[in-house]
Amino acid sequence: MRSVVLTVVVLGLLTPIAAGLWQTGRAAFGILPAIGAIDASLSPWGGLLALPGLSTAIRLSLFTGLAATGLSLVLAVGFCAAVHGRMSRQVGARMLTPFLAAPHAAIAIGLAFVLAPSGWIARMLAMPLGWDRPPDLSSVNDPWGIALVVGLMVKEVPFLLLVILAALTQIPVRAQMAAGRALGYGRGLVWVKIVMPQVWPLIRLPVLVVLAYSLSVVDMALILGPSNPPTLAVLLTRLYSDPDIGLILPASAGAILQLVLVVQAFGLLWLAERLVARLGLVWLRRGGRGTSTEPLLHLATGATLALLAVGALAMLSLAVWSLAWRWTWPAPLPESWSLKAWATPSSGWARALANTAALAITSTALCLVLAIAWLEGEDRAHMPRARWAKGLIYLPLLIPQISFLFGMNVLVLRSGLQLGFWTVVWAQSLFVFPYVMIALSDPWRARDTRLDRTAAALGAGPWRRLIRVKLPVLLAPVCTAAAIGVAVSVAQYLPTLFLGAGRIVTLTTEAVTLSSSSDRRVVGVYGSLQAALPFLAYALAFFIPAALHRNRRDLRGEAFT
Amino acid sequence: MSLKFSTALIALMLATPALADDWQTTLDAARGQTVYWNAWGGDDRTNAFIAWVGQETERLYGVKVEQVKLTDTAEAVTRVVSEKAAGLDDGGSVDLIWINGPNFLAMKDQGLLHGPFVADLPNARYLDLSPTSPNAVDFTVPVDGMESPWRLAKFVFIYDSARVDAPPTSMAGFVDWAAANPGRFTHPDPSNFMGATFLKQALIELVPDPTTLQSPVTDEAFAAATTPLWAWYDALRLNLWRGGESFPDNQSVQQQLMNDGEIDMAMSFDPASTAGAIAQGLLPDTARVFVPEGGSIGNVSFVAIPYNAANAEGAEVVANFLLDPATQAHMQNIEVLGSFSVLDPAKLDDAAKAAFAALPNAPALPALADLGPTLLEPHASWMTRLTEEWARRYTK
Amino acid sequence: MTLEIIDLSVSFRDHLPLFPPLTLTIPQGEVGTIMGPSGIGKSTLLDAVGGHLAHGFAASGQVRLNGRSLDGIPAEARRIGLMFQDAVLFPHLSVGDNLAFGLGRHVRGRPARAAAVAQALDQAGLPGMERRDPATLSGGQRARIALMRTLLAEPLALLLDEPFSKLDAALRAEMRDFTYRHIRERGIPALMVTHDPQDAAAALGPMIQLRGTD
Repeated sequence: MRSVVLTVVVLGLLTPIAAGLWQTGRAAFGILPAIGAIDASLSPWGGLLALPGLSTAIRLSLFTGLAATGLSLVLAVGFCAAVHGRMSRQVGARMLTPFLAAPHAAIAIGLAFVLAPSGWIARMLAMPLGWDRPPDLSSVNDPWGIALVVGLMVKEVPFLLLVILAALTQIPVRAQMAAGRALGYGRGLVWVKIVMPQVWPLIRLPVLVVLAYSLSVVDMALILGPSNPPTLAVLLTRLYSDPDIGLILPASAGAILQLVLVVQAFGLLWLAERLVARLGLVWLRRGGRGTSTEPLLHLATGATLALLAVGALAMLSLAVWSLAWRWTWPAPLPESWSLKAWATPSSGWARALANTAALAITSTALCLVLAIAWLEGEDRAHMPRARWAKGLIYLPLLIPQISFLFGMNVLVLRSGLQLGFWTVVWAQSLFVFPYVMIALSDPWRARDTRLDRTAAALGAGPWRRLIRVKLPVLLAPVCTAAAIGVAVSVAQYLPTLFLGAGRIVTLTTEAVTLSSSSDRRVVGVYGSLQAALPFLAYALAFFIPAALHRNRRDLRGEAFT
Repeated sequence: MSLKFSTALIALMLATPALADDWQTTLDAARGQTVYWNAWGGDDRTNAFIAWVGQETERLYGVKVEQVKLTDTAEAVTRVVSEKAAGLDDGGSVDLIWINGPNFLAMKDQGLLHGPFVADLPNARYLDLSPTSPNAVDFTVPVDGMESPWRLAKFVFIYDSARVDAPPTSMAGFVDWAAANPGRFTHPDPSNFMGATFLKQALIELVPDPTTLQSPVTDEAFAAATTPLWAWYDALRLNLWRGGESFPDNQSVQQQLMNDGEIDMAMSFDPASTAGAIAQGLLPDTARVFVPEGGSIGNVSFVAIPYNAANAEGAEVVANFLLDPATQAHMQNIEVLGSFSVLDPAKLDDAAKAAFAALPNAPALPALADLGPTLLEPHASWMTRLTEEWARRYTK
Repeated sequence: MTLEIIDLSVSFRDHLPLFPPLTLTIPQGEVGTIMGPSGIGKSTLLDAVGGHLAHGFAASGQVRLNGRSLDGIPAEARRIGLMFQDAVLFPHLSVGDNLAFGLGRHVRGRPARAAAVAQALDQAGLPGMERRDPATLSGGQRARIALMRTLLAEPLALLLDEPFSKLDAALRAEMRDFTYRHIRERGIPALMVTHDPQDAAAALGPMIQLRGTD
């Protein structure tokens, strides 16, 4: 069973990435027989370097990616230090759910309106400040990419908070905090000197995922980032869709460059880790109790709450726009309301919703079965997880999507498969599987294995143990993993675009397409649905186990863990 | 029967000009097909119109239409290119593309189009297909029956009459207006069709010798023709929205900026879109249309069928339906789409003429006479050079 | 029915065995006891007998039940019941369903199975509690349900892992009597690990004191 699962994972998830990278790499060096390019050469790189604004695009990608990751990490750590012990993990997770559930594109569309010079915040200020015209500021699509950094942080701070909260359950924080404070260190210092060094190894991989994502994000950068030039990943997406097919070659060179950037950023993080570890020890040995770190903790808490408030406003603005009819500057609320945007199925949201739900359910179900098969296979083989297996699971999240999706597209076409629903399911599963697997692994291994042994001693074979004991006991984490899978599937933009030939219309592809249109009301409908669907999945993941286990005290309160 | 004879027979059959029987064959083959119409999806009214077209063709001919909404028409071209690259010479995923200009030139040059088919469409009899008609020349490139017209486009400016007293009367006048109203004017990014058209409109007015624009561009001609343009643009750019550092992606975003009060003018390729947008609650009631006194660029939007389309017959049926006088009148209704018809009024029968005459009116809808003369599009190669040069100069 | 343990020893990977080879024979109806300090591997010994050894552990020697070697037979096929100090009831199932999970397949038909469960509840002194959530039972009640569930599977032998150590003194004596009585009635051998001398004394069966190998 274990070898079957491994074969499926390697063939289904690893091969397309490797082969996709290989194809992209060949195109980067001039070989793409499909367009008649058969001789290896460096000219794609020449073409890439000659693109106007390339160096700015690279600088933008690096700045936005590093700034978003670094600031998100600082805020998440600071916020955890400030509220740990005052807020239970369950409450925290529940508060963060809307931010985790809402796809990047939905948040970005909402933020673009909230932050614009003529946006919601400005409209609220316009009346009291007597603004006749919106200020001529670039507060979205700004040339430095600050709006993009804010957008990424709205998604990543909650993600990192959740990851840190989960890691903290493995560390006796309360006792260590008491010990540290008894020795005269302030809360913030105990956190930085004692707790964080233990937390870091547990969150390193998720931080790398955030870093890789931030450096290569496309949908959010399209909506919030600068356009002239845009970030590297957006520039490459544009090149890939240019009518001049010759540009596919420099685009592929750029896709390899994007991969190099991500690898370099990983290297930078590794160096920083070494440096901080060394300097940190020197600092720690000096034993300085220092001045109070409380103001800094307050700052982090304030900034995090402000960020979450802006994010909540962004999601709210989607719903308000979807119900508006006429809403011009400087009205703080729509001048007239209408259900027309919802009432016209001709705008196509019903079909996009159906497609999105079908894709999410199919890819999540597939990945869930595969993840359960993997974990059960480990149980039956009595094998612990190998390190390489962990790397394998994270791999699709660490490689920039744009670096291999084009190559994968070429391969699929060449193998004669029709691009459509199933190829999109496949492409989405590359990203759904890791999250489902990560979400399920810890609860699976933390469960009470005496239940399995008891069941075996009562004569239950492996299948009966799996279906009658393990899965029912793990119902809550299985449901949570499914909800995460749905959220990941709904949010996918590039994989749906590249492997659906544009025919598979989802809420996300529609929302991103329509975000460059004039009708915010229709975009509001798509954005609201896009955020609502994963949220519904999370709600079900909470209520299904609660309802089924309402008379089972020992299984209650385990959802959202 | 000898092989030679049957070959000759097949050749003869293929060479036979379109007859009613052939169209019946097309209709029969088309029944039950689903046409994937790849069309820019940024305009909800157009999307709704396409959905309506699909309902009608399904009702009349059993042909369904699925719109594949594009952010840029080039996406569809890339798709066909990659299918060709993969050897997918039939059963392709794109059946019909809303296309014109450089995308058409690219596909035509690479042999990616099905056709010629336009003359075979029964409703082609309402079209003026003479060699110099806008229906027969797309950006100076001969259409050769490889794409079928469906809507007329004419470049116009939109301004908010509540904020702007006197809009500029010439492209040169925009420099003065922007200087007097800094930060209140912008244009879409020239990598977008509308932004490029804005530059072309200025180029036509400012170029020393307009005839050079009708031939393919050369380095020499480009330098001579564009020197005044860049001088004009440098003066204008200083006073653009955001200091000319960033630009809206397309005319829809620009229209939204105007509704948001961030700018006072927008652009459109559709003279009726302003009246439509007001009715839709997307522009203030005070929005109006103007064109420079010298006239503005006009062209025709086409649909083309890729060489490997899986549902080429269905696509032809849709292209023919688009040319039906009733369809065109419905399309010209500002409550529907408000795009001007591509049909030749002289070729219409009385019933069709009456249908056009009965269409509703609106204050923001310009009369055809107010729109001035139609300027010819420069050769497509000019647009490519123009946008590249713009990107080189102003992208840092 | 006899449980024979012959030269049994368990080691982890390539470490030394946890305890010296152990030999013990438990006749039917008797409770053999293994005593020793915590951490010496008493529970691991039970795992070896029951077929539950975790990855990395290897057993040497032999375990025979009624003269049949148990080598290579999976836990679910050994028919050896297992009792922990916590009752380890399935938290997602009601009390009745926990018992039904243990009840052998040969009892067919819904009425017959329900009757068997009801009878077991009677024997446990908890009549009519089929629909209760196991989490709402007291410690003693949970222990009795766990024993009845084990017995419903009709095991050929029983393993007890410190079965009474979580109960208070009064309950412990009562539960001990309850358990030993059922073992005698069924006529099956049982092996218990404990560090409570009273458990061992009351068991009346053979007793072995485990010491480490070092």
